[in-house]
Amino acid sequence: MTAPAYNFAYLDEQTKRMIRRAILKAVAIPGYQVSFASREMPMPYGWGTGGVQVTAAVIGPDDVLKVIDQGADDTTNAVSIRAFFAKVADVATTTRTEEATIIQTRHRIPEAPLHEGQILVYQVPIPEPLRFLEPRETETRTLHALEEYGLVHVKLYEDIARHGHIATTYAYPVMVEGRYVMDPSPIPKFDNPKMDHSPALQLFGAGREKRIYAIPPYAQVVSLDFEDHPFEVQTFADPCALCGATGVYLDEVILDDRGGRMFVCSDTDYCEGRRGEAEA
Amino acid sequence: MYVAVKGGEAAIENAHRLLAEKRRGDPAVPELTTEQIAEQLSLAVARVMAEGSLYDPDLAALAVKQARGDLIEAIFLVRAYRATLPRFGNTLPIDTATMAIERRISATFKDLPGGQLLGPTFDYTHRLLEPGAVTDGTRQPVAEAPVDADADAEPIPRVTDLLGRDGLIEPEVDGLDRPVGDLTREPLSFPADRDLRLQALARGDEGFLLALGYSTQRGYARSHPFAGEIRMGEVEVELDVPELGFAVSLGRITVTECQMVNQFKGNAEQPPQFTRGYGLAFGHAERKAMAMALCDRALRARELGEELTAPAQDEEFVISHSDNVQATGFVEHLKLPHYVDFQAELGLIRQLRAEHEAREAGDGTREAAE
Repeated sequence: MTAPAYNFAYLDEQTKRMIRRAILKAVAIPGYQVSFASREMPMPYGWGTGGVQVTAAVIGPDDVLKVIDQGADDTTNAVSIRAFFAKVADVATTTRTEEATIIQTRHRIPEAPLHEGQILVYQVPIPEPLRFLEPRETETRTLHALEEYGLVHVKLYEDIARHGHIATTYAYPVMVEGRYVMDPSPIPKFDNPKMDHSPALQLFGAGREKRIYAIPPYAQVVSLDFEDHPFEVQTFADPCALCGATGVYLDEVILDDRGGRMFVCSDTDYCEGRRGEAEA
Repeated sequence: MYVAVKGGEAAIENAHRLLAEKRRGDPAVPELTTEQIAEQLSLAVARVMAEGSLYDPDLAALAVKQARGDLIEAIFLVRAYRATLPRFGNTLPIDTATMAIERRISATFKDLPGGQLLGPTFDYTHRLLEPGAVTDGTRQPVAEAPVDADADAEPIPRVTDLLGRDGLIEPEVDGLDRPVGDLTREPLSFPADRDLRLQALARGDEGFLLALGYSTQRGYARSHPFAGEIRMGEVEVELDVPELGFAVSLGRITVTECQMVNQFKGNAEQPPQFTRGYGLAFGHAERKAMAMALCDRALRARELGEELTAPAQDEEFVISHSDNVQATGFVEHLKLPHYVDFQAELGLIRQLRAEHEAREAGDGTREAAE
């Protein structure tokens, strides 16, 4: 199954070393975006090339890999990335959150709590939390250096003035260890609290934008808010239609063209686990 | 039961099989060979080599075939392969003054040492579809070159060198006091030096650079360009081998070079001089080389003390968006599922609409920001 033409986990060792250096720096400066010489990967930019490079740099033969997209193990891109590592690194793969040593994710954090020793690798499209306020990299880097984050608060305030709510529902900015404002990748803000003091190491890879950043285990991660408009996560009126879970993030599934819909767990492994328990 | 998203693996496999079938097309029609592509679609191959940043006509032809003629996809295939190749070192700068010329024209002088050599160009063809001319397989004999093209012939001097002799054009900076940059090995940061900008432009999307170059001609950072010279032909690639103490030739590659001569600069200390814009691309790629030269000149605005007013002068804008592999990836990734985030937006918009409805219903005492 292993492709003999390529190195273990696809990348050559020099490239892995370069990425590991960037990761170490990122862990040492939580929330800071470290530039790295992102390589062209055999999948397109936007498909998770940053996450794939981070995973390739940290994965070893004994690791157990889980890959999710939108919380699900069986979405096409998750299947494709999992198959890639099964092929080029010959590692064991799993869909069980507890069993995985490395979890690569796009847009979700698993519902089951993570534990020490696990690494959560996020795929990041736009790593710069200030990008949509200031398109220039030269400017945003200066703003970070000066800890000048007024713009973000103004944006959140304008949301409140206009809509009565903070209108950012995903990729909701966080402050890491009281220093750097960080983009948590496009996870729903529902998942933001899971990042705070997580026992797992959280690594973020942005391939096209050539940035890596990190949240070390047990680091403080605070979602930005105001005293009179505290941060809130999404709530759902109904439990999961399949497993009955509450307090989890749900996907809306349209059943027909007459308004019929159901809500089910976005985390397929969590949902299946609960249904398995219920049957047992 | 709807929730049948299982089966992604089988779906992907089936999609790949279907793709292979579509790629082959009607089996009654003979299959293209990569040799045919390399020989008969050589300009497509040149573009894939240039923007793929890898000089290998056979691999580029294979990529064109595998990509079903989608050149950006072919460029991507070549790039991904290139990323895995080890680097042995940097070659010496190629010397286009010693080029074995196939085409060489100057728009700035009627005649000049070395003459004007049209070479294989579309320029003066009438764009009439001529099925007979391209399919009947007969070849018109090619006229013999009137000048003797033996290797000992005098090198044909570059127009910019002729202008430079009189100091009419700014001198080209000779080399760098540091190793030349490589944006595929070191992350690019802004402001970027000209070597890195030129590398980015050389890899950049032909269509994007064409539009930007065009915009400078239409007044968005106009630079009054003249095509001082366009030359295309083979140049020697040499590598310095420290153990030997001299450079050895690795082979010859075809490149297209464009030297734009642009309106002058001068100041109290310096008399006015023409300025330069430079374009170079693998293979026969004239449109690309010319567009690149216009963009290069526009991006030198700050260095030349010009006011920054137009997109083509904005290095972060141009360089960050010129790479078509990056651009196509990010645009096309919108195809990937986003339903988690969309659900979050859906939830918010339903809430905002419900609040709006409640207010409309006359509950005027409610604060907008509750």
